[in-house]
Parts: sequence; C-alpha cells; structure tokens
Amino acid sequence: MPEPKLLYCHCQYAQVVPRETKEAVLRSLCEAGVDFEAVADLCEMAARKDPALARLSACGALKIAACFPRAVKGLFHQAGSDLAIESTEVLNMRTESAEQVAERALAPDLQPNVPAGKETIQIPTPA
Amino acid sequence: MALAATALHIHLYEGPDAVPLSADERFATLTALLERGYTVARTSSTSPSEGRSVTFARSGQGARDITGLTPTQVADLAETARTELDAATHGGWKPWFPVIDYDRCTNCMQCLSFCLFGVYGVDGDSRIQVQNQDNCKTNCPACSRVCPEAAIMFPKYKSGPINGDLVSDADLSREKMKVDISALLGGDVYEMLRLRSQKAQSRFGKERDSDKALAERQKCLVKLAQAGDIPVEVLMSLPSPDEIARRAEEAKAKAAAALAANGKSSA
Repeated sequence: MPEPKLLYCHCQYAQVVPRETKEAVLRSLCEAGVDFEAVADLCEMAARKDPALARLSACGALKIAACFPRAVKGLFHQAGSDLAIESTEVLNMRTESAEQVAERALAPDLQPNVPAGKETIQIPTPA
Repeated sequence: MALAATALHIHLYEGPDAVPLSADERFATLTALLERGYTVARTSSTSPSEGRSVTFARSGQGARDITGLTPTQVADLAETARTELDAATHGGWKPWFPVIDYDRCTNCMQCLSFCLFGVYGVDGDSRIQVQNQDNCKTNCPACSRVCPEAAIMFPKYKSGPINGDLVSDADLSREKMKVDISALLGGDVYEMLRLRSQKAQSRFGKERDSDKALAERQKCLVKLAQAGDIPVEVLMSLPSPDEIARRAEEAKAKAAAALAANGKSSA
C-alpha cells in the first residue's frame, strides 16, 4: 500500500471541532514538514462536489483528520466520490485529543476505520 | 447558484527549487488561507491539480512568489487569484445540510414527506437523495428527528447520533419517541400546525380575538421547536398556513410517488 495521503479539515464554518484541537493538529502537520492537503471545510467541499474529493478518494491510502467517520463517509458519498473503506482512516478531532490525532496522522501505518455497513451499538440497560 | 462555482485550490510549493517556510510561517500562512475558505496543498513536489488552481512559493519557478509576504498578504494574493480565475467565493453560506447514511436508510421517504423546503428528492431509481442542500434551514435538524433509522446526519450538529456519531439502540428508541411526540401533537407536525391554525381561525373568527389566535400559534411553534430542536427563527419564518399545507401536500405526493415506484405503500 502506498504511503497514506493526509487530508486535514479546518471545519471553518462551525464551532464543533475545538479550536485548540484543530490548531494543534495543523501545527503538528506543519512542524512535521510532510506533504498534506488542508481544506477549509469538508462539508462545503462536498456540497460543491469538488473534484479534489474524487482524486483523494481514489488515491489508494488516505488519512483524514476531520470528524466522525460515519459523517465523513456520508459526505464523500454525497459528493459522488465514495471512500475506499479498506484504505481510509478517519481521525476524529471532535472526540480525540490533538496528540492522538497528530500521532495517528503521522504514523506510517494505516488503521482503516470507516464503517463498512450498518452498525448499531448496544447500550446495556440498568438492572 | 453560488455552490456550482469551482473553488480555487492553492498549492503551497516548498520543493527543491523554492525556499521553504519555517514551521511557524507555514502554520500562520495555512491558517490565514483556511480562514478565508481556501483549499491548500502543502507540497514538496509538483502536484496534480483540478479545476482552478494556483501555486504559491518562495522563488519557485512558475509560481506566484510569496517571498517577504505576511500570511495576511498571502491570503490577499489568493483573493486576487480567485478573482482573476473567477473561482468561487467562500463564507456566504454555512454548509448546513443533511447527509444520508445509506447503510441505514430504508428509503421510507419520511424525510421527503416531512421537509417543506424541497431539500430531498429521488434519483432515477427512486432512491432518496439530497437534491437542494442550500434550501436547508441553517441549524435545523428536524428531518433527522423523523427518521426512524437515525440515517440522517448533520455533521455540524452538536450531538450524536445526528452529528455522525455511532447510533445506539437507545438512540433508535429515542428517535421513535420523538416521532411519538409529534404524533401526540397531531401526527404530522405540519399537518398539526395547519389544523391548529384552522381551528384558531374558526374559533377566533367568531370571537374576533386575533391576539388569542397569535398566542395559540406561538404556543404551537414553541412545542414544535422543543420537539424537533428546530430553531425558533426557522419556525417563525414559515409561510402562511395555506402555503404550509400546499407544500406539505406536494412533499407527500412526491414521497407517495417514490414509494409507489419502489412498490411500497405510503400508508
């Protein structure tokens, strides 16, 4: 598998990703001196059906620092550019720390985590 | 429509024939560009480009030279390039729209039937799809509340599973309960709004008490806002009851036609 491409979403038009998290992740990528793509807002790109999404989804191995994997999968699908489930890892800046996201983004390996189908988690009810 | 315009892509080239930025400069420059809505590829090699694109570099051959420019000045240069290339503007629309989880969607058309703003439609195979995302009302997640499978996401919503977080069995129960709440209010919330308005018109037409009619409608709207987490400003901007009824009928007819094409009943 080729070295994963990196995509970073700045979620510019909402405050749902903690500002300090996205800034720290972006800073880590900048300090690492690696090639990566940064988009202002993945939702806006998907709404525009930006052709870059098709190129990225077909690049072979992709790590995306954005939000929930289910949402990212849906956004790419809605843009007409389905993600390759087996070669995409989504790093969730809404729930993970900047350190966790940066570590996974810069790790050489890929841990695919995009849901392959319908998943419903069971929450045990108190006795 | 603004969304159809192609966005400008910027390549920040730091390859062998360019002077690299320091990490701090790179971070500040990227931040300035992202905050203006641009897509930026930090690259040390020639990159594939699609649509409208421009390359910035410090002394890079064939690139627009950004030597000595502050991050703000680089962003201004991007704005100049955007204008020259007639690329899309950014920031005029908050990208708020439903995203369908097709792993969960059963094509029941409840969202199509519910939405008064024509956001949903069907494709050539009568499969539900989001067709007019910029018709969606910012911060309104109401259609996701009527989905029995929690298959409608709004990635910028505050909480799960609407924001795309995992769906739990408890979420499904809760979603059903919310539909039950709307049922208590009259089945179809828009139908309820229309009926209550009609009742109010009839009653207050005799009593000629417009203040009471207004209070009734406002009470109804507050209930709707609470049940569906619908921003009050969205509800207050709804058209007249007659127009609501007309649009609701139109949406229901579309949903019924799609269901019929799929061999399902709308009952």
